Amino acid sequence: MNDLREELYRLPGGEKFNLCIQCGTCSASCPSVSAMRYSPRQVIALVRAGMVQEVLHSNAVWMCASCYMCTVRCPRDIQPTELMHTLQLLAARLGLIADRSPAPAFYRAFRASVKAHGRAHEFGIMFNFLLGRPGKALRMLPVAISLFRRGRLSLRVPRTRGASELATILSALRQGGESETPAALTVAQGGVSA
Amino acid sequence: MKAYSYFPGCCCDEGTGVAYGISTRAIAAPLEIELRRLADWNCCGSAPMWALDSAEGACASLRNLALAEQAGLDLVTHCSSCYLMLRKAHTVFTRDTALSFQLRRALRSAGLEYGGRVRVRHLAEILLDDLGPEAISRRVRKKLTGLRVGCYYGCQTVRPQGIDHPEFPTRLERLVASLGADAVDFPFKTRCCGASLMFSEDGLALSLVRKILESATARGVQCLVTVCPFCQINLDAFQRHVNGRFGTRFNVPVLFLTQLIGIALGLEPRSLGLEKNIVLPAPVLAAYVG
Repeated sequence: MNDLREELYRLPGGEKFNLCIQCGTCSASCPSVSAMRYSPRQVIALVRAGMVQEVLHSNAVWMCASCYMCTVRCPRDIQPTELMHTLQLLAARLGLIADRSPAPAFYRAFRASVKAHGRAHEFGIMFNFLLGRPGKALRMLPVAISLFRRGRLSLRVPRTRGASELATILSALRQGGESETPAALTVAQGGVSA
Repeated sequence: MKAYSYFPGCCCDEGTGVAYGISTRAIAAPLEIELRRLADWNCCGSAPMWALDSAEGACASLRNLALAEQAGLDLVTHCSSCYLMLRKAHTVFTRDTALSFQLRRALRSAGLEYGGRVRVRHLAEILLDDLGPEAISRRVRKKLTGLRVGCYYGCQTVRPQGIDHPEFPTRLERLVASLGADAVDFPFKTRCCGASLMFSEDGLALSLVRKILESATARGVQCLVTVCPFCQINLDAFQRHVNGRFGTRFNVPVLFLTQLIGIALGLEPRSLGLEKNIVLPAPVLAAYVG
């Protein structure tokens, strides 16, 4: 269990888990907090307590809206948004299904589209995602129809020469072999500089 | 005429944000901006790809950066998510870690190199910094006098770093004022609309949209403008959903800033994709068109 914690700590930015003073500014700033099993502050506390599995099994990390309000307000410069993304990545790697959150399935539909076409084909993504979710599909149908009527939902699959080149790049990425600490994890801590 | 490499992004090219692409290209010529579409660009990877495997997300963005570097111009995008992802890839790559070595090798497999020299910029920055509100004002042919416009910034245009202050931005208001309109401030202008959650957690996302619309209409805005395609679709296309779910009666047109600028420049509504908005802005704009 604590191996996971140590792994998170070793990542660039991971040491920031220990800087948290549990002030709760992140949770107070979070638009999703009311729907999260654990608030962002609790997520950090749980990770520190070695309860990474509990966090990954909950819906908390998939509820992150990536709005970065916690990040700009954190008095300790912890960048909780990036920590949430790192935890998402870890959950995806370990194949942990979080509280039946549909977000990972949506992410996978998106990624499949980009890998196939080089671009995100919105209609295809919606179709794939909603196929096994009739309730949601029914709720989304009126929106899909109105978008389609206004010419905002294209059935046409994008074709670009870039698709095959991107496929080449992505397969070359895999050929290096997986490193011990998934190198991919380090990206999530990259953040953005202006 | 200043030239830029132009990255439309999937959604604004021929998807749900197509009107953003149309109106951006329509106002470019009158504003003397040359947008050279990046040939064979691919998706920036966006949040989903980065979340599942961020090295893959970085590769998707880096291919575009490598192409833009060959062109030798600043890379302009009008999508706030593409803006964030492309810059993130640049940051990750130029930090020069073991990962950037891996990314460089992957790029090379397609005969590409990235030297870290591309400046990624949001279209709003071009309008604000390279052109400036005064220059835009001089080209206005239909002053939007009396139109009460709320500027909705959302998240990724200004956070974690972006075109303006992350919590109290005011620069889009200056652009709107340069068109002769009244820029109306409202408290929720940088609150998240939940766009990334609309599919997985629609109940939550709809409640976020409701709060933003409430905040804006309480200040008497006649329309909202945004510079993010996801903010636009969330506030516009899901407005009826919000009304159905919460018993509200919102009917607020949500325009791309580029559409509003186009109207002020005297361009035809059709050339700005205005008929693609779900809440049609025609009644609100009637006095300023034709």
